[in-house]
Amino acid sequence: MEPVHSIRPVLAIAVSLACAFLILASGKRQNLREFWSIFGATSKFLIILSMFPFVLAGGVYLFEGPGIAPGISLDFRADAFSLFFSSLSSFLWILTTIYSIGYMRTLKEHRQTRYFFCFAICVAATVGIAHANNLFTLFIFYELLTLATYPLVIHEETPKAMKAGRKYLAYTLTGGVVILLGMAWTYYLAGTLTFADHGFLSGHGSPEVLRVLFTIFIIGFGVKAAIMPLHAWLPTAMVAPTPVSALLHAVAVVKAGVFGIIRIIYCVFGTELALDLGVGLPLAVVASFTIIVASIFALAQDNLKLRLAYSTVSQLAYVILGAALLSPYGLMGGMIHITHHAFMKITLFFCAGAILVQTGKKNISEMDGIGEKMPLTMAAFAIAAAGMMGIPPTCGFISKWYLCLGAMEAGYPIFLLVMLVSALLNAAYFIPPIYGAFFKEPDASLKGKESSWWLLAPILICAAMSLILGIVPMMPNTPLQLVMVSVHKFIGI
Amino acid sequence: MIEHFPILVVMVPLTAAYLMPVLGLWRKKLCHPLATASTFISFCISLVLAKSVMTYGMISYHLGGWAPPWGIELVVDYLSAFMCITITFISLLAVVYSKNYVDKELPKGKMTPYYTLLMLLIGGMLGVVVTGDMFNLFVLTEILSVAAYALVAISEKKRSYIASYKYLLLGAIGTSLILLGTGYLYIITGTLNMADLSIRLQPWYGSYVVFAALAFLMVGFGIKTALFPLHTWLPDAHSIAPSPISVILSALVIKVGAYAMIRILFTVFQPEFVTEVIPIASALAWVAAAAILIGSLFAISQTDVKRMLAYSSVAHIGYVMLGIGLATEMSTIGGILHIFNHALAKACLFFCAGAIIYKTGLRNINDLVGLGDKMPITVAAFTLAAISMIGLPPTAGFFSKWYLCIGAFEVGKWIFAIVILLASLLTAVFYFRVINLIYFGEHKQEGQVKVDEVSPSMLIPMVILALGCIIFGIFVGIPLSVVGPAVGLLLGI
Repeated sequence: MEPVHSIRPVLAIAVSLACAFLILASGKRQNLREFWSIFGATSKFLIILSMFPFVLAGGVYLFEGPGIAPGISLDFRADAFSLFFSSLSSFLWILTTIYSIGYMRTLKEHRQTRYFFCFAICVAATVGIAHANNLFTLFIFYELLTLATYPLVIHEETPKAMKAGRKYLAYTLTGGVVILLGMAWTYYLAGTLTFADHGFLSGHGSPEVLRVLFTIFIIGFGVKAAIMPLHAWLPTAMVAPTPVSALLHAVAVVKAGVFGIIRIIYCVFGTELALDLGVGLPLAVVASFTIIVASIFALAQDNLKLRLAYSTVSQLAYVILGAALLSPYGLMGGMIHITHHAFMKITLFFCAGAILVQTGKKNISEMDGIGEKMPLTMAAFAIAAAGMMGIPPTCGFISKWYLCLGAMEAGYPIFLLVMLVSALLNAAYFIPPIYGAFFKEPDASLKGKESSWWLLAPILICAAMSLILGIVPMMPNTPLQLVMVSVHKFIGI
Repeated sequence: MIEHFPILVVMVPLTAAYLMPVLGLWRKKLCHPLATASTFISFCISLVLAKSVMTYGMISYHLGGWAPPWGIELVVDYLSAFMCITITFISLLAVVYSKNYVDKELPKGKMTPYYTLLMLLIGGMLGVVVTGDMFNLFVLTEILSVAAYALVAISEKKRSYIASYKYLLLGAIGTSLILLGTGYLYIITGTLNMADLSIRLQPWYGSYVVFAALAFLMVGFGIKTALFPLHTWLPDAHSIAPSPISVILSALVIKVGAYAMIRILFTVFQPEFVTEVIPIASALAWVAAAAILIGSLFAISQTDVKRMLAYSSVAHIGYVMLGIGLATEMSTIGGILHIFNHALAKACLFFCAGAIIYKTGLRNINDLVGLGDKMPITVAAFTLAAISMIGLPPTAGFFSKWYLCIGAFEVGKWIFAIVILLASLLTAVFYFRVINLIYFGEHKQEGQVKVDEVSPSMLIPMVILALGCIIFGIFVGIPLSVVGPAVGLLLGI
């Protein structure tokens, strides 16, 4: 199907950039400011939604920006994979904005205007990454995302937060520079940077050079994707306010890294070239290592947000594992896990934030009996945690199912074992907080009640989505359908 | 009239320099308008020159009607026109900025000498870039250097005398070497005209006299350019000079030295000679790589903000020389483009630092805490320019690095690409440290320093340059349309 020229891929980015400046301009008037946030989020989501029918039918929207220099241009596209990521992040932005309003106002946080401003920029950058038509455009938004998340990470401005911010910048900027190295090399080899459905690098450069190039890209994007041993910034960055951890460190930032890796494997190198080079298996091994080790680290954490952070590291590696299997089912499982993990993890983070707001507790050991005080919150927590373990009918099961199929299809049943061990480890670190919350007697010091609807509604919606996506994954316009279209394009089944 | 423009672009500021003392005796207040007007006229002439070079090709002007090689020839090609625009543009902003600065920061009665020397400096720089004659090149280099020594000392503080004396000593050695080199060339060829020299030198390639001449010229201009390890005068001179002069020294004067090196390497000598007969170009590349890394490392260890910027200039002149040393089309484009991009960003940074010192008297980085709320526009301009220095897209600084990297891959020396990227991380370290303190530092000194934004005459130059860093990044095609053909001419492609 011929690509159709449309301004909508850019419009989706522009609308939240514009809203960011409106937020800045109406800083003194809280309600107006929050109106712009919600307005930006909703209109962005609607714009993205309007592109669904055509893209689901296999079409691509293109927007060719001005050529910047020979071979470099700001081009945007909306194919199934772009929309898959941008619809996810913009939908979750709506919920996170609502949640943020409740969270920031209840805790009377300082510098809220800066917070909402940076948030809007971050989401614009994320959608920019999703809609990029070439590596250069992707890289611009990738770096913008780094810069815009920094003020959010150090929001508290305490020495601890500043230290975390420095670590965050050191890791992510280094990653960015490594990507730039790979990008310049790619341009030198191929003379283009525009993504193609089956890659554009085959036939350029010797296999050794391409293997080195692949490694460079994986290291570059692997920083944000938190592949071990490049993950250390992620747990440290958990000092950020909870909504930031939720959206940015469960969805936008880390998934931008994963998204980049998938684009590199399938749209720069291409499945066949990656198979020829034999780069899939080493990556899959690294991912498996990350899955297991991060889960073990998670076991040792008492701070709930830290435990969630390590869980994120482990779950992201599922996506990379799926992509590295280079088989249709594997890629499907990996891709769909981007959405599924996002919904489940954001629920968990929202719950952690709600507990913090209502009771001031951060550690799991202090949360005994909290199920009595906040039954709805903890029920949502339980659903999401079950999803993490991969128990049907939650959506976590669907991703694991496809990942297992993919491992068989690729001919590496050993990875089934990795999933199994990981599922057990997941259970080991998620069941104790749930058990403690519902079945242990509350401590006398534990006070609190169910949080306000600003916080509760997003939690319940996300938990419900984790169930719905698990029960009826094949409804029209679901992420799974977008994934099937893009897998079809990338691998060609 | 229009055929006299090559000489007019030089004569307008030089004439203003001679009129200035007389005018200063009569009406001191008129000095600034005269300086502004003459620089503005020069700027307009440069634009016209560039336009006519792009339409009709190289302009050759015979001074006094004497045909070369006997008479003095002025040559305006793409590179000269490019340099003229850069010089007049930044100078114009520096002159505008000087108005309030001179009133407050300089001792009484220094206004007339200040503007006189400034005009002499600008005239000298313009002369260097339009001349087609080696001896003329030497004379004009001396004019601009003498003006620069005096301007560094003009604030009449002990430190400024020492800095100026150090600059004078090394500068004098540099100019003597240039004179020696020029003399050697004259002895063997009997001509001083560059175009004539390039033909008459060819039979002498391989002669030790030619090698010696080239070595003298390279070291001489190396001192003027502050190319590591000949940079020792720069940090003192650039940090102690009045801020508008720091701007001109850092953004322009060292670039004029770099221009002279480009002319000698590629116009007086043939590109094949400097890359193949004696590999001086690749030696230059290694020296430049050392300059980049060591300059950045020194910058990290500074606590004085202007000194930090000065060391950063040492690093960035390394980028320019690296591009020239690699001597491929892409790398030379990157190097020459960086002359302009670095001028924009560094001028902006020195303007901002000057504004901060002007308002608060603070030079130590750690004292700048919390300025973000008090001087928002200055600090925002500083941030934008710093991002361009780091080289994050889509700012202008990114593109120079991009072309340098591609150039490094073209010659297969990817070690230089790694140096460039490593240096951008180091650059990020010291700029982010400042930005961090300015925006997010703990507000210990709240209430102690009561400051507001500087006056428009200081603010507008900064804003123009900061926007320039973005505009010439997104529309990098504008400078490229001049730089591309310039490189084509130089390398004979």
